[in-house]
Amino acid sequence: MARAVTTQHKTIATAAAWIVALLIFFPILYTIITSFKSEQEAIQGFALIPSGTFESYSEVQQQSGYFKFFFNSVLLSVGSTILALLIAVPAAWSMAFSPTKRTKDILMWMLSTKMMPAVAVLFPIYLIFRDTGLLDSRIGLMVMLMLINLPIVVWMLYTYFREIPGEILEAARMDGASLWKEIIYVLTPMAVPGIASTMLLNIILAWNEAFWTIRLTTTNAAPLTAFISSFSSPQGLFWAKLSAASTLAIAPILIMGWFSQKQLVRGLTFGAVK
Amino acid sequence: MKLRTLTLGLLSASALAFAAHAESITIATVNNGDMVRMQKLTDDFTKANPDIQLNWVTLEENVLRERVTTDIATKGGQYDVMTIGTYEVPIWAKQSWLLPLDKLGDDYDVKDIIPAIAGGLSVDGKLYAAPFYGESSFVMYRKDLMEKAGLKMPDAPTWDFIKQAADKMTDRANGVNGVCLRGKAGWGENMAFLTAMSNSFGARWFDENWKPQFDQPEWKNTLQFYVDLMKADGPEGASSNGFNENLALFQQGKCGMWIDATVAASFVSDPKASQVADKVGYALAPDNGLGKRGNWLWAWSLAIPAGTQKADAAEKFVSWATSKHYAELVASKEGWANVPPGTRSSLYANAEYQKAAPFAKMTLDSINAADPTHPTVKPVPYVGVQFVAIPEFQGLGTTVGQLFSAALAGQSSVDDALKQAQDAATAAMTEGGYIK
Repeated sequence: MARAVTTQHKTIATAAAWIVALLIFFPILYTIITSFKSEQEAIQGFALIPSGTFESYSEVQQQSGYFKFFFNSVLLSVGSTILALLIAVPAAWSMAFSPTKRTKDILMWMLSTKMMPAVAVLFPIYLIFRDTGLLDSRIGLMVMLMLINLPIVVWMLYTYFREIPGEILEAARMDGASLWKEIIYVLTPMAVPGIASTMLLNIILAWNEAFWTIRLTTTNAAPLTAFISSFSSPQGLFWAKLSAASTLAIAPILIMGWFSQKQLVRGLTFGAVK
Repeated sequence: MKLRTLTLGLLSASALAFAAHAESITIATVNNGDMVRMQKLTDDFTKANPDIQLNWVTLEENVLRERVTTDIATKGGQYDVMTIGTYEVPIWAKQSWLLPLDKLGDDYDVKDIIPAIAGGLSVDGKLYAAPFYGESSFVMYRKDLMEKAGLKMPDAPTWDFIKQAADKMTDRANGVNGVCLRGKAGWGENMAFLTAMSNSFGARWFDENWKPQFDQPEWKNTLQFYVDLMKADGPEGASSNGFNENLALFQQGKCGMWIDATVAASFVSDPKASQVADKVGYALAPDNGLGKRGNWLWAWSLAIPAGTQKADAAEKFVSWATSKHYAELVASKEGWANVPPGTRSSLYANAEYQKAAPFAKMTLDSINAADPTHPTVKPVPYVGVQFVAIPEFQGLGTTVGQLFSAALAGQSSVDDALKQAQDAATAAMTEGGYIK
């Protein structure tokens, strides 16, 4: 009887999980379906079976040139992630293994920078970028993306590092390891899963960032967020083309997410079962 | 051998010198059909001007407006040509943010620009932006449904006729709404329509001393008429509908009438996109016999920011994109029906264009019926038909738009919406130093 109840619960839980997953994924799925419709089909109302035309993809590529934007997205998301890790690993190490009475306050302060709406600092940041010649530059945007995601990266690594026993690091120190050797040869290998999941999440966040990447770029450094934005029209129904542009923009990160889902889930849930 | 080396060297040096000389200009624009077409046809420009390269930045309208405003206010110098509207031009020109367009070329024929459009883009007699395409608003209606209702649409209908026709055309059982109007909140969405409509009801945003006028009976009459009309004959969820949503409804045969931008005529009469393409008639925007119609005036225009280092190249491009030659180029490649409308008088005198665009005459009449310098029945201290050309209007217009959209959705009464609009406008005008 108990076994039957457990099986029944499992079935219900699985079905519920599938329904929730489908609900969350449905807007993306419908975007992909719409991208294979003609413009006329796209406005004719809800339909799950498209005619299967590639017309929108061809027009989108002709109009904007996808690969230039794609290249910038890859460069910005990977570059900003590497920069963030270079700063966040030592920062999280010091907070996790040599905490002071102000460590918690610093962590909270870092997180508080995420609470301010980005538009509130648009003008100061724009002026700094203008005066330093960083407008529409990949380096400038990479630094910007690194800065906005740094609090999350530090927090994730800090949480992960705290799970590593301090005694192992102490043992390394007793064997004569210097601070950098301790971080590079002892801490980092043990923390690889945590660093990997943090890296993946940061790449996704940087890839999807649409406020600064649109406002601080024009042509040279514009990534896929600017590519999508260019297909939104105030006067005209170009839903199929907009869907094709969106599908092209999310496809790489969706595929990457699919292949690395195990690490991602671990990264997003570690600490939850402590 | 030496000669060959020398020749190759000279050729390489020339190529490098040419590359170094080539100037690139950055053009910010929106993704409207006419703009996209322009991007496809730029080979014609670069062939004639091989020393100028064009970089395009296409953005969603609100993002574009925010980007170019930030850039021009901070002299960021990111753009050499900007696509802006009749709202920005007078404000930015007065701030000396735009360069006057006085080197458009001998064969440009500035006088050919439709006077109402040129007036909206000029300050103190100087043109600060060249119109790429212009529009007013008018009534698009289903001739078959009108006939079925036993009515005949006059060329210049009144609001009472529109109400009568909408009541008769509404057939909810078959999914037909008598009238589709903008309801989505925004200064360029529902407030463009409602401000233009209010002009025909004798209302105005401010009196001669900048005192807000939402507490006057003319605004009450406007908003009450609009809400009642939409409740009785408008589509469900109308408070979320803007231009694109109503376009989709009309193309699917779900609207008896649609009062909106004249540029929509080419979409609703396109048999590839519209199910009712052969059944559409056009009429002037309605009035109430007070001397003003409920139509607006807008032109997407190309302007050159004062901060650009490439003013000559930019002006060459602006001249090309808004010239008669460009209109002929589009006609030769894509047909006369696809020529950007509403900017040049010569286009409307062209028999081939009149044949290709049955809505041409009504579009021109609508544009000519709008007067941005005298938009209202009573005198006002501002310029603009469907907007008030002051910097505060974007924020205030959107706030009032949200209040009126809520009244349409039934979340507040007409009286409450008007009272809150009066309070918001009074606060904004006081803060701006217009009133004490």
